[in-house]
Formats: sequence, C-alpha cells, structure tokens
Amino acid sequence: MAANPIACASCGSGLCGGKGRETFYQGTWANNPISIQVLGICSALAVTTTLANSLIMGLALIFVTGMSNLIISLLRATIPRKVRMIAEVAVIATFVILFDQLLKAFYFSMSERLGPYVGLIITNCIVMGRAEAFALTNPPLLSVVDGLANGIGYAFVLAIIGTFRELVGDGKILGFTVLSEGWYVKNQLMILAPGAFIALGFLIAAFNYINARGQKAEAKS
Amino acid sequence: MTETVTPAWIILIASIFTSNILLANFLGMCSFLVCSRQIPTAIGLGTAVTFVMTFTAAINYGIYHGILVPLHIEHLQFIVFIAVIAAFVQFVEMFVERFSPPLYYALGIFLPLITVNCAILGAALFLILRNYTFWQSVAFGFGGGVGWALAIILMAGLRQKMMYSNPPKCFEGVAIVMVITGVMAMAFMGFAGMVAIS
Repeated sequence: MAANPIACASCGSGLCGGKGRETFYQGTWANNPISIQVLGICSALAVTTTLANSLIMGLALIFVTGMSNLIISLLRATIPRKVRMIAEVAVIATFVILFDQLLKAFYFSMSERLGPYVGLIITNCIVMGRAEAFALTNPPLLSVVDGLANGIGYAFVLAIIGTFRELVGDGKILGFTVLSEGWYVKNQLMILAPGAFIALGFLIAAFNYINARGQKAEAKS
Repeated sequence: MTETVTPAWIILIASIFTSNILLANFLGMCSFLVCSRQIPTAIGLGTAVTFVMTFTAAINYGIYHGILVPLHIEHLQFIVFIAVIAAFVQFVEMFVERFSPPLYYALGIFLPLITVNCAILGAALFLILRNYTFWQSVAFGFGGGVGWALAIILMAGLRQKMMYSNPPKCFEGVAIVMVITGVMAMAFMGFAGMVAIS
C-alpha cells in the first residue's frame, strides 16, 4: 500500500493508493450502512424472511449502488448543484428498473416474492446517501469501490438476519431443513413482522458491543 | 385476490390497524427512527405524510391507469412515481408557503424529507400490485398515512418516557427502539382478524 498521492490524483484512480482498501473497510464494517449508520432498513426488515431473498436483495443493492456511484461520479462536474437530487434519483431509478426487469425475466418467482421492495431501492437511503456523500466529490473508480463496499456491507447484514430468521422461524437454511420438525418447534414469530424488528435490534446491539470492545482494546494498548 | 371488490372503508381500517404500513410492511423506517424523539415533531411529520400520501396515491393511480397502461410502458412506473411525488411535494411546499405561512412553518421542514420517505413510494407500488380501484387507492393512501402517523406518535411518546430508563449500554439508541417497535408490531397484530386485506 505504498501511497503515492500525486500519481493517484493524476490517474484519477483510488485503487493505486491505500485509499481503495480504506474505503472498502469503511463501507463494509467501520461505517456499515445498516448496523452503524442505520440507513435503508426498510428492505432489511421486509425481505429477510429467508436467506435466499436476502441474498438476491443484497445483490440488487450491490449492483445499484456500484453502478449509480460510477455514473454519478462521472457526471459530477456536469450536474448543476441545484438539480443534483433529481438527477441522482433519475440515475438510481434507471438501474433499479434494469435490475427489476432482469429479475422478472430470469427469476420471476423471486421477483414476485420481493414484491415492491425492489422498486423501493430508489428511496433506499443508502444508495442516495452514497451518491450524495461520496460519488459527488470523488473520482469514478474510488466511487465504484465505495458503492460496492456499501452494497456488500448491506448484503452481509441482510444475510445474517436472513439466516437467523429462516433458521429460527422455519428450521431451514436456503430451503434445506436443518432443525428437524421432530424435536424443533418452529418459532413463527421470527417470520412475522415483530420478529424482524427484534432480530435487527439485537443485531445492532451486538455490533455496538463488538465495536465498543474493540475500542476498549485499542485504548488499552 | 378475491373477485368481490373490498369496500374502501375496509381498506381504510385495515391499512391503519391490521396491515399498518410501518409495522407490517416496514415502510418509512428511516424517518420513523430519526424523527420520533419528540411528540410535536412526530405529529408534524405524521400529518405531512398523511396529506402527501393521500394525494400522491390518487395522482399515481390516475397516471398509471391513464397514461402508462394505454402506452404499455408500465416498466417506467418507478421513475414516474418518484417524479410525481417529488413534484407534488415541491408544489405543496410553494402553495403552503404562499397561502398559509403558519402551516408552512409547522410543516415546512418536513416536506422535503417526505420525497425520500419510502412509505409514499411504497403505497403507490402496493396499490398497483393489489389492483385497487380509484376510491380504494385513496382510502389506502389516507389509511396508510394515518397508520404511519399513529405509529410514529406512539413511538415518540414511548421514547420521551424512555429517557428516564437505562437500557444496557450496547442497546442505547437505535437498538432499543427497534426492539420496542417489535413489541409494538406484536401489539398491532392483536388487531388481526378484525378486517383483512390481501
């Protein structure tokens, strides 16, 4: 990671310095969109009834944040400040429509299960937030890294919640029975709405606990 | 979807209680978490959301069935809906500022927030998915708004009380609010069976 800031600025790429790695770490863990910034949790709650749904939704977000960050970053000098919001929304909506059409064409049953939540990625604060906070002021490649990192951070948290809810609520993982019905009584609450809220609440608390412990260890050393 | 048409008033009741847009469909969580610290703020935002949701539901219904379906461009619904919502919010802001300054000062700061409130777009997408008629859509928009306002005002009341309690350190802030919302959702599930919509 021998940083060479001048070469970095001239080639416009963030990957050549240490910045790419730092951006990735920020997006996936240190500033995780769900557990730390608490953004875009509508879909994190709604689609996590099974792991498969969570993975597809995570994939959708990785695609949309990555691509919209790229385009917005490329256009960042041309978009007038006053209309930047609507321009961002237009770019994001384009990619959401693209993903929605692809999903309808190749995986229709999943598209039906996710229902309106694919379309709601447009108003997902993560995508908008990254465009506004990062892509508007950073070069394209670094913005793509940032978008992908935030998408991965989101997908990662969704996968945890999805696994937990599917396992506890239905005794299955990815549709395969893990906890057999012979002795395990399914906790239907986890599939229903209250279970989603409670699971996410506990997950955020766990992240807080881990981070607090990390900070304590750092302070000691 | 049954063949018999559900009366609008049933949809109204159902969207407030049994399928509350926030507690059952998880929409509008971001502003729910941020703006539920004080009761007056919650009331202001709740009113603004109800107002905008009712009208955008009606407008989006009209545009979808009047323009997008005849032209076979339903796949553009996302971008059209969000544009309608943004334009409507902007229009209301200008209108209220011109004709009712006190109302503008009460609601003004909440209006821009509403454009990115996913409950509004979510309501528009749900009414298309569920094939509602015009009056059903209006009832759904209004009920959804009232249900959302009810949830955020209740939560603001709880959070004001909660200032005097001390949850475990790692639960402070958002985590405990999520758990309480879960309990609230459970309480709202008690309404299930009163009325039902698909």
